[in-house]
Amino acid sequence: MRSFEWFVALRYLRDAKGQTVLILAAVAVGVSVIVFLSALIGGLQTSLIDKTLGSQPHITLRVPREAPRPLVEATATRAIARAIQESPQRLRSIDQWPEVVSAAERRAGVIAASPGITGAGFAVRADAKSPIVVRGVEPERFVQIIDVRKRLVAGSFQLEGGDVVIGSKLAANLGVGVGDKLRVSSSEGLEDVVTVRGVFSVGNQAVDETWLLISLRHAQALYALPAGVTAIEVKVADVFSAERFARELAEVTGLRADSWMTVNAELLAGLSAQSSSKGLIEFFVIVAVALGIASVLIVSVVQKSREIGILRAVGTPRRRILLVFLIQGGVLGLGGAIVGAGLGAMFAKLFEGLVRDPSGAPRFPIQLEPSLFASSIALATLVGLVSAVIPARRASRLDPATAIRGG
Amino acid sequence: MLALERVVKEYGDAMRTRALDGVDLVLGRGELTALIGPSGSGKSTLLHLIGLLDRPTSGRVVLAGKDATDLNDRELTALRAHTLGFVFQFHHLLPAFTALENVMLPAWGDRGAPSRELRAAATEMLHAVGLGDRMHHRATALSGGQQQRVAIARALVHRPALVLADEPTGNLDTGSSDEVFGLMRRFNHELGTTILVVTHDPRIAEKCDRVIELLDGRIHAERTRSS
Repeated sequence: MRSFEWFVALRYLRDAKGQTVLILAAVAVGVSVIVFLSALIGGLQTSLIDKTLGSQPHITLRVPREAPRPLVEATATRAIARAIQESPQRLRSIDQWPEVVSAAERRAGVIAASPGITGAGFAVRADAKSPIVVRGVEPERFVQIIDVRKRLVAGSFQLEGGDVVIGSKLAANLGVGVGDKLRVSSSEGLEDVVTVRGVFSVGNQAVDETWLLISLRHAQALYALPAGVTAIEVKVADVFSAERFARELAEVTGLRADSWMTVNAELLAGLSAQSSSKGLIEFFVIVAVALGIASVLIVSVVQKSREIGILRAVGTPRRRILLVFLIQGGVLGLGGAIVGAGLGAMFAKLFEGLVRDPSGAPRFPIQLEPSLFASSIALATLVGLVSAVIPARRASRLDPATAIRGG
Repeated sequence: MLALERVVKEYGDAMRTRALDGVDLVLGRGELTALIGPSGSGKSTLLHLIGLLDRPTSGRVVLAGKDATDLNDRELTALRAHTLGFVFQFHHLLPAFTALENVMLPAWGDRGAPSRELRAAATEMLHAVGLGDRMHHRATALSGGQQQRVAIARALVHRPALVLADEPTGNLDTGSSDEVFGLMRRFNHELGTTILVVTHDPRIAEKCDRVIELLDGRIHAERTRSS
């Protein structure tokens, strides 16, 4: 048989069926709102971040910008008026870059590091001419940063000799396909004829319209940087730790390190505002749930004060009475949360299935993870317990003589 | 069994009302005593003090050899649970529970978990009060007399040394009233339980071993059945 506290608590809940069902429904609705909102907003945020990071490294290491140098120095006897003009930024290689790559890769939390050259240029095909971003990469390292291989729409990810892989919109603009040849000229004035081996689409218009991937060695030749690289791109396990890693890597290497979080500060501010709105809604839902549970239990204590007085009179300790009401709060929270989590997940899935874009992909991708259910259920149970504290204390402090006399 | 020494109970702050005014009382083991007196004479107040539900303004309450004056709430609750049984005028059964559960609840609440022995004792008590066939009925499904019999079973199931009955027959017809008092008398004889009955009913009072009359918060008269 059960312990006294559980037995009495469950019997009281069962005895007041109407009240119990109503408050369970209220908790369930509250939790379903939390689960639905979290799944929806979590899914949207993940999808946005995935799309953003689908064509961006988490961290980019570059040589520091060249600072303007004074042509004339002021002396003790001569003051000067100075106009500062920014230095033109040359394409420069990172010193000792293989060591920097190894140092970055050795750090716990870093998944991969990819050295490369990024430079401007033009791609020419017959009369068509397009400005391009030439990205010289080591293919196997690069796909660990941006998985172009997965995003190929034609051909293969092959960057040997004079092979290139280009963005889908660039291919369309130039009217080229797999096997076609292009003339590429770099900002350094060097030219070469290359063969298109693959076409990719990462879903980012700027990338798909301008990127041309070639082998690192080829880029070194085009930009007159023998054995050099202009950037090292890094991928970390936790995308939101990128800024911390960037600061650490900048400190250790003396290079300029930009994380995706700095580059996409507006996106992050938007996501943060979205999360704050979600948090605010959830807060009010939780307050409503807490007030609901507390008010039902306070009514229950008032209704049952004579019974509580009897139990106290015949020798039931205060702490057992306290537990009887705490358990009721916890059970209402837990029960409502289990039903609510299921409902929320169901609504979220239904919503995901209903609203789709022309390609058939869900417009609102839903992110339902076990941790969401676990945290929602734990939160609602905790809210139930906390809401029950005041009614439970009130019940346990009832004076038995007064309760028996007055009811 | 029970000794009250110069017990005074006052209520109120600015306007103090003295409900009990220096009561001395000793109840011996196995006595069946009636406490009578008009309304407002202090009977219920005295019963609450003996039942450790309230504390005296001054004086001492010694129950089963323990001075309850300085006990804290936890100790008073434990002493109540082990030494006392209560029967109230309106039986005060818990409506959400069956007769058997009502009988088990006091000892269950004290110990935390019910034992086979407790269930067996509760079943036996319900048989003893003639409700063996009604033990699984909700309290609300029983008649007034039956509910009061369940209350007697609840008061006695843990074999307390002292049972306090506050007008146990006050709400019953004559037949049920005799039946209920008969049960108390029987358990008083069979188990040697000391019983203090507050009553307005002279028929009940005259059947007790000893009658104490309270008037204006003092013991006004006292007589035993033989005198």
